[in-house]
Amino acid sequence: MGNKKEWPLWEVFVRSKNGLEHRHFGSLHAADAEMALENARDVYTRRSEGVSIWVVESEHITASNPEHNGELFEPAQDKVYRHPTFYDLPDEVKHM
Amino acid sequence: MSEQEVKNLEEIFEARIARDEKIEPKDWMPEKYRQTHIRQMSQHAHSEIVGMLPEGNWITRAPSLRRKVALLAKVQDEAGHGLYLYSATETLGISRDELYEQLHSGKAKYSSIFNYPTLTWADMGAIGWLVDGAAIINQVPLCNTSFGPYARAMVRVCKEESFHQRQGYEIMLTLCNGTEVQKEMAQDALNRWWWPSLMMLGPTDDMSVHTEQSMKWKLKRKTNDELRQQFIDQTVPQADILGLTIPDSDLKWNEETGHYDFGEIDWDEFWQVVKGHGPCNKERLQTRVNAWENGQWVRDAALAYAEKQSERKIKKAI
Repeated sequence: MGNKKEWPLWEVFVRSKNGLEHRHFGSLHAADAEMALENARDVYTRRSEGVSIWVVESEHITASNPEHNGELFEPAQDKVYRHPTFYDLPDEVKHM
Repeated sequence: MSEQEVKNLEEIFEARIARDEKIEPKDWMPEKYRQTHIRQMSQHAHSEIVGMLPEGNWITRAPSLRRKVALLAKVQDEAGHGLYLYSATETLGISRDELYEQLHSGKAKYSSIFNYPTLTWADMGAIGWLVDGAAIINQVPLCNTSFGPYARAMVRVCKEESFHQRQGYEIMLTLCNGTEVQKEMAQDALNRWWWPSLMMLGPTDDMSVHTEQSMKWKLKRKTNDELRQQFIDQTVPQADILGLTIPDSDLKWNEETGHYDFGEIDWDEFWQVVKGHGPCNKERLQTRVNAWENGQWVRDAALAYAEKQSERKIKKAI
C-alpha cells in the first residue's frame, strides 16, 4: 500500500540566455529540489530553451491578491512627476 | 456575496474578456468559467497523455534509427504537453491527483481518436499528418484564449507541434515513393484515419452545446464546422502530392464557395467511441491505469528518500 501522498508542486524559472533574467516558465511536481531541476530540464528545455534553471516550491511564494490591487498600487497613481514627460522643456533642448 | 454583487462582478468580468484582457488564476471568475476551463483543459491534458499510447506501440519497431529518434521525441513532447496543461489546470484549484482520478475512473474524457488501433507503421505517418494536423487547427486559436495559463501553455505546445506533423507527412511521402506494397500501406492508413480525423474537430455546429459560451470566453474562435472545412481544404492538396485518394466519393472542389464539398460523417460511430465503445477504449484506459498504479512504489520511494535527505540536513545543522 502506498501512502498516496502527492509530490509537492514547484515553480520553474528559466534564463533563456545570459544577459536575460530568469522568467517563469510553468510548474511541475517533484519529490525534492534535485528532481524538480531534472524534471524542469525535461519538461521545459527540450529544445535548448535555457542556460539556467531555478526551482522553488510553490508554497514558498507569497502572492499579492488581485482583489486588493486598488489599495496596493494606488500610491503610484498620482505621481506623474516620476515620469519624464511631466517636465516642460523648450523644443530647442534636444536629447534630454 | 449577494446575488446582485455576483451579477456585477460577472458583468465586469465579461467586459474584461471582451476587451481582450487576460484572466489570471487569482482573479475573481464565475464558477462556470472555472469549471468549464477545468473540464476543457484537463480533457486536453488527458488527450496528450493517452495520445502517447497508440504511437508508443511503434517505437520499438520503427524502421530506422532516424524514424525511431523522431517518434520517441514526438511522444516525449506529448508527455511534456500533458504536463504543461495539467499544471495550468491546477492553477484553477484542482489537484493533480484529482485530475488523474477523473481520467482513470472514466469521468473525464479524452480525444476519441486515440481509441483507434495503430495497425501498421504507416499509421505513424497518418497520425502525424492528419491527427496532429487537425490538432494544430484546433490549438492555434487557443494561443489567444482568455485564461492566461492556458494561452501560455498553448503557445509552447503550438511551437512544438509543427515538427510532429512534418515528421508524419515525411513518413507518408517515403512510403508513397516506395514499393507498390508500401504505397498501399499508406493508402490503407489514410482510409482508416481520414474520417476519425474529421470527427476530431467536434460535432457539427447545430449539435455542439458549448459553442456559444466558448466563443464568448475565447475558448473557441471558430466553430467546429469552420475548423473542419479549413482542415479539409488544406489537407486535400497534400494528399494529391502524395498521390493518395481521400476515401470520400462526395469530395469535390466547389468553385462557387471556394471550398471542398465533402460527404456525410458517420456521427453514430463518433458517439459510440465517445461513449466508450470504440475499438481500444478499454485497452487505452487500462494501460494508463496500470502505468499509474505500477508506478506508485516509485513515487513513494522518491518521497521517502526526499524526506530522509531533508531530515539529515536538519540533523547536520543542529
